[in-house]
Amino acid sequence: MEYLQNLFGYAWPAVWALAKIIAIVGPMMLAVAYLTYAERKVIGYMQVRIGPNRVGFKGLLQPIADGIKLLMKEIIIPSGANKFLFVLAPVLTIAPALAAWAVVPFTPELVLANVDAGLLYILAITSMGVYGVIIAGWASNSKYAFLGSLRSAAQIVSYEIAMGFALVGVLMASQSLNLVEIVKGQTGGMFSWYWLPLFPMFMVYLIAGVAETNRAPFDVAEGESEIVAGFHVEYSGMAFAVFFLAEYANMILIAALTSLMFLGGWNPLFDIAPFNWIPGFVWLMFKIGFVLFLFLWFRATFPRYRYDQIMRLGWKVFIPITLVWLLFVGAMMQTRYGYLFH
Amino acid sequence: MLENYFPVLLFVLVGLAVGVGPMLLGWLLAPNHPDSEKLSPYECGFEAFEDARMRFDVRYYLVAILFILFDLEIAFLFPWAIVLEKIGMFGYLAMVMFLAILVVGFVYEWMKGALEWE
Repeated sequence: MEYLQNLFGYAWPAVWALAKIIAIVGPMMLAVAYLTYAERKVIGYMQVRIGPNRVGFKGLLQPIADGIKLLMKEIIIPSGANKFLFVLAPVLTIAPALAAWAVVPFTPELVLANVDAGLLYILAITSMGVYGVIIAGWASNSKYAFLGSLRSAAQIVSYEIAMGFALVGVLMASQSLNLVEIVKGQTGGMFSWYWLPLFPMFMVYLIAGVAETNRAPFDVAEGESEIVAGFHVEYSGMAFAVFFLAEYANMILIAALTSLMFLGGWNPLFDIAPFNWIPGFVWLMFKIGFVLFLFLWFRATFPRYRYDQIMRLGWKVFIPITLVWLLFVGAMMQTRYGYLFH
Repeated sequence: MLENYFPVLLFVLVGLAVGVGPMLLGWLLAPNHPDSEKLSPYECGFEAFEDARMRFDVRYYLVAILFILFDLEIAFLFPWAIVLEKIGMFGYLAMVMFLAILVVGFVYEWMKGALEWE
């Protein structure tokens, strides 16, 4: 270690940070690849079929094969497209989905940047993702892409409001924007996690998370049977693959944030003997996996919402619910029962 | 404190690289034989008529404007939520007033039908 430190000199902090970033992004990309495999497998079993099982043992090489296939496909830039923006859009979609992981803690010590405004940073960086969608739809110069991107952008910003209100609830309970502090506020068994006092907000956050990532049943923007694939209809090859990876990276991010803010992060299910032997990191991974499974389950179960229903749910149901619960929690904190809420 | 943000900046750059890298690799490895038919925009097999960047529904503007208003509201709620213990009843009631004014606006939008889609 000291040898390396001397070797790089003043560049050492940057090199060390870069090594840690790669240690996060590498497994992340692997997880994203295998989430696509898990999705096909889980939905397969839910529909009483097997899912991919030919490439490699039990189909385990399927995501690798898909990746290589997409790598070998031509990237078509349609005539009339704005070339620069067309190529920029996928990059703008995946960069925020990954960059948000800079402040996500895995255990109290294992966090790349333990910044105090962590939650604010996450809110800011994830809202950048919508630019990728808008730019992709506009730059393609295709009617389907344009309509899809408009729909998608309106949907994403609508649900971002509900998500923001749900986060305000978490802030009221935890009194901190720092993600490590937020999880520390939930120390103990499952009944001291924030999902219980903030139950309506937890539900809103979870459902809005599904809508934010354009997942079924809120996938009108992609609507393969109506507007073929929405904003990325003109994308092919690796340009499409980057969009695809970004969607799944966003799913994992939302699952991780839900686990950290409402499901107690690395805290064990019950704070008693056999449960708290398991390391916190494993608990966090287990919770993220559970939320991701819910995402896949929703897709296999629910029919697609109509667009007017989506907008109605976002504006007329979620925003009033979170607003009322916000004021309720605030009022309760002024009474002697306030301890129940944080 | 600010040096904590250096890894964050580095992470953003790595994120951009993860986007650019595979696309560059795909551009190098994949075939590239464009022709006018292949590059035409997809409209279910028909010839594309007129430009795709056309007029669109005014309701998308409305949603965008409402988003800006509510996002501002959230920006005001964040600091309030963190110090709510310290500012007590007075702070709570002040925010109730603020939210009440915004809710009046929200109800007005609702009754005007700005949130209706078909």
